[in-house]
Amino acid sequence: MAKVLMKGNEAIAEAAIRSGCRHYFGYPITPQTEVAAYMAKRMPKIGGTFLQAESEISAINMVYGVSSAGLRVMTSSSSPGVSLKQEGISYLAGSDLPALIVNVQRGGPGLGGIQPSQSDYFQATKGGGHGDYHLIVLAPASVQEMADLTAKAFDLSDKYRMPAMLLADGTIGQMMEPVELPEKMSEGGFEKPWAVTGTENKREHNIINSLYLVPEQLEDKNLERYERYKVVEQNEVMYEEYMTDDADVVVVAFGIAARVSKNAITAARAKGIKAGLIRPITLWPFPKEAIAKAAERAKGFISVELSMGQMIDDIRLAEGCKKPVTLCNRVGGMIPSPDEVLKAIEDMEGGAF
Amino acid sequence: MHRVTLFAGHYGSGKTNLAVNWAIMLKKEHERVVIADLDIVNPYFRTKDSAELLEKSGIEVVSPEFANSNVDLPALPSELYGVVQQRGRFAVLDIGGDDRGAYALGRFAPYILEENDYEMIFVANFMRPLTRTPEEALEVMREIEAAGGIPFTAIANNTNLSKLTDEAVIREGEEKSAELSRLCGLPVLFTSVEKNLARGLDLDGVLPIELQKKYYDL
Repeated sequence: MAKVLMKGNEAIAEAAIRSGCRHYFGYPITPQTEVAAYMAKRMPKIGGTFLQAESEISAINMVYGVSSAGLRVMTSSSSPGVSLKQEGISYLAGSDLPALIVNVQRGGPGLGGIQPSQSDYFQATKGGGHGDYHLIVLAPASVQEMADLTAKAFDLSDKYRMPAMLLADGTIGQMMEPVELPEKMSEGGFEKPWAVTGTENKREHNIINSLYLVPEQLEDKNLERYERYKVVEQNEVMYEEYMTDDADVVVVAFGIAARVSKNAITAARAKGIKAGLIRPITLWPFPKEAIAKAAERAKGFISVELSMGQMIDDIRLAEGCKKPVTLCNRVGGMIPSPDEVLKAIEDMEGGAF
Repeated sequence: MHRVTLFAGHYGSGKTNLAVNWAIMLKKEHERVVIADLDIVNPYFRTKDSAELLEKSGIEVVSPEFANSNVDLPALPSELYGVVQQRGRFAVLDIGGDDRGAYALGRFAPYILEENDYEMIFVANFMRPLTRTPEEALEVMREIEAAGGIPFTAIANNTNLSKLTDEAVIREGEEKSAELSRLCGLPVLFTSVEKNLARGLDLDGVLPIELQKKYYDL
């Protein structure tokens, strides 16, 4: 397929279809609504299911049902709606079910506002629902990545039998860029012998459940799950490094904040300041090793976020509190400007932290 | 030049950008120009983003009260009646995307039809995934007309791939616009091209435009 001009939200929807997803359940909310609108137009034409549920809670439980049957399935929403889904997400994790949940974040807390934000980082990476669990969390920074990481999320989710989240923000959801989407974006082919597809009297019943009456069994389930998480942490970390080789000041940023930061780094380099960027693409698993390695050389880190400082905790944990970590942030739907990030870089270079 | 120019089309086809450029062009020849944002669909990237530029140029701007705010309330301002009822100003109307966006136009259509001094322009970008062919674009045209209550009178070829737009993209858009013109019987009014790119092109009917929206590169 040749390049087309797409909105970030449309790219998610089209990439999901090209990854073999034929079931979408959701409820409209700005700034994510185009995902649902696109699915509403396309799914009926290709024999798929688009269903606008009566609420986000219904939608996530419909996702649970389809995933139990072994099929690729997704839902999407924005921050307040994703809060509503948390119980269902915990149940998916507790039943070892793959699924894709998309969060095109807006300002919070509460009803907040419709402008972009990254303040659901804790909710996404630390488990927004109850119980011990993780989601694979992918953070796109371009419309092309909205598509590519959607396909990747489906594959990782199936491979490790755990839900995956695409954590985008309103800007990347609404902006338009040229993208190229291959006809087939996922090979699929993951065996799902656990799925409830009818026994045909040939096998034992499969049961999808997160309830364990015997505490020893529930403990075993948790331990087994965390063994799997370890493998994910070993094998699936994704990040981009930009001019970090000789960097004194290392900016860490994802999504829209990374785009702004790259501009600031170019400006800093023009002024002779050795600045670089680590852009986490997976927020869980977090690129701890890259940060730890950068800490050996760098003067310090700057976490650029559209939140009051959430990822900054993971940076500090990863670098072991060896170097200063400062925060450059805007909230409430505001985006830091390249000048604001440049000032933070200059402050750190000058020793003001 | 008609008193009222309306830009409508598939969402993401470039209506707002064209409307802003059109208003600035009109202002060079006419004393009073007003641009009105009727978009009740899009939350970001709106006419109001260019408010400073427009007002500096002496163009009046009418936007939904909550545009660019944190409130998701698609309320249209009462000043819009002034735009269609009082005929002393040249007016540019930026209609929201798709048939859903065009529903808002329906409320004002009777005044525009009664005055009968308008150009209703279909903005086409054949690089958008749901309007890749003239047939698909025609379907969107008919949906918008049914929702907005005003038939189109012309086509604007705004085919582009953002920063990757080149001559091949523009020529593909021209061919498909010509085919759309054959299908619906309406003329192609112009091909809009970013002004730097337009300079190097040997094409008829090019409208050089400035791009309003800027993103940070990754």
